[in-house]
Amino acid sequence: MQPNSSQSHNLNIATLVSVGKHPQSGRVRRADQDSRAVELGLRLTADNPAGLTVLHAGDPAEPSLRSYAGMGLAAIKVLQLDPAADAVAPLGEQLQQCGADIVLTGVRAESGEGSGMLPYQLAEKLGWPIVPRVADIVAVQEGVAEVLQALPRGQRRAIKVRLPFIASIDTAAPAARQSAFGPAQRAEMRVSVIPAETDTVRQSWDEAVAKKRPKRLKVIKAKTAAERFKAATAKSQSEGGRIMKQEAVDEQAQAILDLLIEEGVLR
Amino acid sequence: MIFEWLNPLLIATALLLAVIGAVRRVKLWRAGQPDQVDLIAGLMAMPGRYLHDLHDIVERDKYMSKTHAATGGGFVLSALLIMLVHLLGIDSQLLAWALLASLTLMFVGALFVFKRRLNPPSRLSKGPWMRLPKSLLAFAGGFFVLTLPAAGMLSDGFMAQAGGALLTLLLTALIIWGMGELFFGMTWGGPMKHAFAGALHLAFHRRSERFGGGRSTGLKPVDLTLATEVGVLGVAKPTDFKWNQLLGFDACVQCGKCEAVCPAFAAGQPLNPKKLIQDMVVGLAGGSDAKYAGSPYPGKTVGEAQGGPNQIITDGLLAPETLWSCTTCRACVEECPMMIEHVDAIVDMRRFLTMEKGSTPNKGAEVLDNIIATDNPNGYAPASRTHWAADQNLPLMKEVGEAEVLFWVSDGAFDMRSQRILRAFVKLLKAAKVDFAVLGDEELDSGDVARRLGDDATFQNLAKRNLAVLSQYKFSTIVTTDPHAFHCLRNEYNDFGSDALEGVEVLHHTTFLNSLMQQGRLQLDPFVGGKVTYHDPCYLGRYNGEYEAPRELLRSMGIEIAEMERSGYRSRCCGGGGGAPITDIPGERRIADMRMDDANETGAELIAVGCQQCTAMLEGVVEPRPQVKDIAEILVDQLVDSSAHVLAQEVH
Ligand code: SF4
Ligand code: SF4
Repeated sequence: MQPNSSQSHNLNIATLVSVGKHPQSGRVRRADQDSRAVELGLRLTADNPAGLTVLHAGDPAEPSLRSYAGMGLAAIKVLQLDPAADAVAPLGEQLQQCGADIVLTGVRAESGEGSGMLPYQLAEKLGWPIVPRVADIVAVQEGVAEVLQALPRGQRRAIKVRLPFIASIDTAAPAARQSAFGPAQRAEMRVSVIPAETDTVRQSWDEAVAKKRPKRLKVIKAKTAAERFKAATAKSQSEGGRIMKQEAVDEQAQAILDLLIEEGVLR
Repeated sequence: MIFEWLNPLLIATALLLAVIGAVRRVKLWRAGQPDQVDLIAGLMAMPGRYLHDLHDIVERDKYMSKTHAATGGGFVLSALLIMLVHLLGIDSQLLAWALLASLTLMFVGALFVFKRRLNPPSRLSKGPWMRLPKSLLAFAGGFFVLTLPAAGMLSDGFMAQAGGALLTLLLTALIIWGMGELFFGMTWGGPMKHAFAGALHLAFHRRSERFGGGRSTGLKPVDLTLATEVGVLGVAKPTDFKWNQLLGFDACVQCGKCEAVCPAFAAGQPLNPKKLIQDMVVGLAGGSDAKYAGSPYPGKTVGEAQGGPNQIITDGLLAPETLWSCTTCRACVEECPMMIEHVDAIVDMRRFLTMEKGSTPNKGAEVLDNIIATDNPNGYAPASRTHWAADQNLPLMKEVGEAEVLFWVSDGAFDMRSQRILRAFVKLLKAAKVDFAVLGDEELDSGDVARRLGDDATFQNLAKRNLAVLSQYKFSTIVTTDPHAFHCLRNEYNDFGSDALEGVEVLHHTTFLNSLMQQGRLQLDPFVGGKVTYHDPCYLGRYNGEYEAPRELLRSMGIEIAEMERSGYRSRCCGGGGGAPITDIPGERRIADMRMDDANETGAELIAVGCQQCTAMLEGVVEPRPQVKDIAEILVDQLVDSSAHVLAQEVH
């Protein structure tokens, strides 16, 4: 799945990486989605390794950064921040400075706040479009990227999006390559110390281990294997909603706006 | 007469060329990395090592050992005497007679070499090696006739009269041929190179502990600081090997004994240890493998490999699959008459592939990631390590702090089949009233798989953390049911400057159980059942020399072992070592199936093993097949339950 290498100009990709947490041991590691984002970045810049910037906001001595580096990165750019600081503003500035065409992130972090808001906040700050849950970037030509978005049950949606944009990478994206010890030790941590505002909201929070909500036991009524198969693979029925394909763009936008106001997202 | 000035000149020329060749060859070896060897002591020890250690191995093949003693011994003696008689011209009938005798010895030996080469087995290399017996005969025959006058058997004039120019020409040709092979060829890369390189290899062997009946099987640790200082870990190019490893490769006689025992080769996987060593020779000298005249890597063609001292080995000289096919069973090393270390070389090159290129094949990367993140290869929660023993009420070291025996449970704790072995062993420990304890969740993977897959960084990390835990507690013995953990703890944990294992005896459970039996601490009923055979695990047998304890245990139950053809030090691997099931390189057959065929030939109904990995591999063979049981499981079935006994007596 090597992307089309007929890219018009040298693509600049920035991948944001965070500190992952292993689900079984709770040990720090390279985060699954973030390392897939690095993988995609490496594939997109295979002809032009200098085009990939891997960026982390936090502590440059963090050991899990080395396991990203072991994927073959010469350097990781670290914005050294106070642990309590809000990373959005400095990251946004950095991205604007480095002239990124595509910013890749995970969908949500494995540790810390893990709200999944960062890509949206960055998009808002930069004024760029965001494509969530990307499985692959197939080609970039004349300033437009062909993107495959991951939908439930292995479905994909093909999207065209104009550069620059932000993509959050889904677990459906190609798995990250092996991290090798040698290159990991040799990679350079390019540190810049950044004064940033303290995230005052977060300071008042208590952290607790997330637990899965208990699930109601499903009574399986199916009697035959075929029925069970159907029950297991059936699409969950979405309720309500409306498909608008023919309507004018204004009308479509109005419908979305109405819904957001109705749901209390916008006020 | 013409001989008077020609022969000394010829001999001197051949010797001079040999010296030049030797210097050249030594330079090739010295391009390798430095290694700590005592050169003088090594050279002094060399003849002894040759006569004892090397010949003990050659002695396994009586025909070849006698042949080699006659040919080689005859040649060395002849060469010395030729210098005295023909080069220095010492006029002594005694010396000439001695020379005639040694040449005769050599000639007779060469005849047997010749005979072996009439219909050579497939493991032997052909090519220049087919020429060797003839060259030996030419050398011995030519010099024999030449020496006759000096011994007073013929008058000097006879030659000139009898054959005249023709005989002179013939003899000169024979001598040039013979010396070309034996003096010149010795240092310029002919088959006789094995004598020159072999002698020095014995002198400067990297594992001198192996001589005098010793054993040295633990892998050498990688200096991880090289990652930043030199920029490469493991062996990328031939010159990344230690210089004496390069020398060792050059000593290979292409006898193919390693090829004949290699399970991966027999399974049709792309590995042939002989070819691998020859490819290393191509690498150190530069060139291609076109002249190689032995069996290829199964499924690959000969003649396409290219290499040089400073070229990356896996770029053109060797396919990575070749390296990943090895089960590290050490059968090749055990069999090699030149005591070459194949496994060291293979793992050295794997280290580069894993730690520098990040290209461990198939499940390799995932398993390594799991080991790093959870200290076990399957990524289970570290806190679930003792779940298997929830009903066993095992004393924890954390609570007792001290016990006679530390039971090292190993990652078998996570595997349902292996848990049966663990339970059986615990029952035996309890029956024998052994004072033991386990580490519980404080125990980590031993690092065996990580190390064999080339990830020495992870191995060292695990080893150090395990040692740190071990150093907190007091115990005099460690016992484990896993030969791989056993090998790591016993032979590989000593390199990390910890005293946690100082004065501690590390034992395999069969050894330990056998000593319990001998102390009369276990009461067993005799085994009634069908025929039983025993499979030697590589990491117990060849790696640690324990062949007897498991057999004694079986015999103590009245079992007469139906031995497989390949048993003891010649045991065939089950296919489960060296991370081979993880890297899973395809072949034509499965190694486990071949081992099961070996067992079936004995007509056994039960295969006794001493390793959870072997159990898993052999049980993975499709039925019908003999049952597979760990010795602990067999013992536990025969255990006379003393508590039941007492109870029964009380009732009466
Ligand atoms: S260690 Fe075993 S599998 Fe590896 S090359 Fe030697 S004989 Fe073959
Ligand atoms: S490596 Fe050893 S066993 Fe194998 S062919 Fe060479 S000398 Fe013989």
